[in-house]
Amino acid sequence: MSLILSRNAPAPDDIYEAIIMMHEGLSDEESASVNARLILILANHIGDASTIREAAMIARGDRI
Amino acid sequence: MMHTDNIPVWKKFGYAPRKSKPRTETLETLIVGGGPIGLALALDLGRKGRDVVLLNALPFIARGSKAICFSKRSLEIYDRLGVGERLLNKGVIWEKGKVFWKGGAEPIYEFDLLPVKDQKFPAFINIQQYYVEEYLLDEIAKYPNIDIRWRHEAIGVARRSDGVLVEVETPDERYGIEARYLLACDGSKSPVRTMLGLDFAGRVFEDNFLIADVKVKAQRPAERWFHFDPPWPGASSLIHKQPDDVWRLDFQLGWNIDKKEAAKPENVEPFVRGLLGPDVAFEFEWLSVYTFQCRRMERFVHDRVIFAGDCAHLVSPFGARGCNGGMQDVDNLAWKLDRVLSGAAPASLLETYDSEAITVADVNILNSTRSTDFMTPKSNAASIFRNAVLELARNHDFARPFVNSGRLSQAVPYCNSPLSTPDEDAFDTGPAPGAPLIDAPLGGGQWLLSKFGEAFKLLSFEGGPSIPSDLPLVSIAPPHNLAFRRYGATGGEAFLIRPDQHVAARWKRPDAGKINAALKRAQGAGAST
Ligand SMILES: Cc1cc2nc3c(=O)[nH]c(=O)nc-3n(C[C@H](O)[C@H](O)[C@H](O)COP(=O)(O)OP(=O)(O)OC[C@H]3O[C@@H](n4cnc5c(N)ncnc54)[C@H](O)[C@@H]3O)c2cc1C
Repeated sequence: MSLILSRNAPAPDDIYEAIIMMHEGLSDEESASVNARLILILANHIGDASTIREAAMIARGDRI
Repeated sequence: MMHTDNIPVWKKFGYAPRKSKPRTETLETLIVGGGPIGLALALDLGRKGRDVVLLNALPFIARGSKAICFSKRSLEIYDRLGVGERLLNKGVIWEKGKVFWKGGAEPIYEFDLLPVKDQKFPAFINIQQYYVEEYLLDEIAKYPNIDIRWRHEAIGVARRSDGVLVEVETPDERYGIEARYLLACDGSKSPVRTMLGLDFAGRVFEDNFLIADVKVKAQRPAERWFHFDPPWPGASSLIHKQPDDVWRLDFQLGWNIDKKEAAKPENVEPFVRGLLGPDVAFEFEWLSVYTFQCRRMERFVHDRVIFAGDCAHLVSPFGARGCNGGMQDVDNLAWKLDRVLSGAAPASLLETYDSEAITVADVNILNSTRSTDFMTPKSNAASIFRNAVLELARNHDFARPFVNSGRLSQAVPYCNSPLSTPDEDAFDTGPAPGAPLIDAPLGGGQWLLSKFGEAFKLLSFEGGPSIPSDLPLVSIAPPHNLAFRRYGATGGEAFLIRPDQHVAARWKRPDAGKINAALKRAQGAGAST
């Protein structure tokens, strides 16, 4: 499996809203925990370490 | 001279003076270090008929808290050496691990370490390291060609083109030993490594662990229970059953502490009472505080000096990969050195000890580093993720395998070994070239694994044409279905097995040419036999 870097989300606004809503009413600390849980849930959904490693490099800005 | 005042004693032997006292002795094989690795190596070589001298700076087997968890693979190796059943009879058998969080009554994660049952040995036994050393010594006593020299300390080492010169100190003399090979098994602080100016690179984990061995008559299951963030003191704790009503308790203390204070009984008591309950009567056996490290030498073979065990590679104990990892060194090195010494193989065979043992060490270091990082998060972000995993694990099965309280030692296969012949036939399952054999019952109390060791042999599954080979043959007949299933066999297959019970090659349709080519390769091509 390799990381999809082309447009893949038919409803980007819905996805963005879902992520922002997830943080509603949370303190910074709670938000950090929720983010971590979300990443783990999605990581399990993806299930492939190399895809996640690739995404992590892009997220860090180590790769374009 | 080694300082022995603070080392607790399990069994005293006392200084063993030499019978005759030449200034310099000439030997074939010298082992420096009488811990579990040096002793096992001496026994393995001695059983093969080699003359071995072993120096131990101490005049006794040390007590105190060291290894307790011995893996199935180590037990299989000990069985080949003649002490497996004795260890099994004394040890506490366990196969299950449970992980708890914040003192919850229900575990958030459970694991079974032996998914494949019906093997001679269980996934693990717990037994104090001093028993292992004692049993090895009892067995060694049967071999007059193994000479254990208590209270003989190696204080100087010089490399020669055809051997090694070692300077030895005892309470009443100094002498020299010229050996063809020096096997360094002198532990993590290895004086041999230091005297030769060799590297030992790696990482220290910034945390302290209190190890309390406690005698208590408690009715608790023989399982590994690990607590993250318990309601009692310490960031994590671990409890394990040992023989003789001794329990190993492990508490994570944090970085900036006074180690001496922390190990005082009055300061340890609240930890123990927290974990065992307020009213339990107990006695301390031994208390110590450790920091853990993961390190290894860049090479284990330096011409005629060969390193094995903790002096070559050091891991944090979560995963029980220290002594168990070292036992794989012993298993790998003994048959190779024996063949090189007897002239049956070229000295280059020892290079494959270097590459195979480094493969093993790297897997063990990777696993114990990851476990220790999970337990001792290095940053705020790492703590947040650690807690997120634990939180999710409570309700979601998918998150449980992410919980890492130690990935327990298993035999590491020699992937890409120059001694292995890659598969040309597709097998659905079973040990691939480089992997150790998997055990299976053969009826009448016989086990598949016990049929192998010491020599190259062929494992064949009946049902095909007869196999043209001069090698000793172990033939499995159809009623032993478990063996067939575990090796992905339907009839006619053959496996070439090394003296250390690892697979060198396997075929669905073996023939003499293939077997001979694979054998040559597994013996370290260019061998004269
Ligand atoms: C708290 C703790 C828990 C552990 N739990 C486990 C576990 O559950 N399972 C596991 O597999 N491992 C475990 N380990 C690791 C295990 O104890 C070591 O891996 C093991 O002791 C290594 O054996 P060794 O023979 O290489 O070295 P050592 O046991 O250190 O032996 C070295 C020997 O060399 C001798 N020596 C040193 N210098 C000289 C010299 N100059 N001349 C002569 N002799 C010398 C010493 O006297 C000693 O006998 C644990 C370790 C600790 C600290």
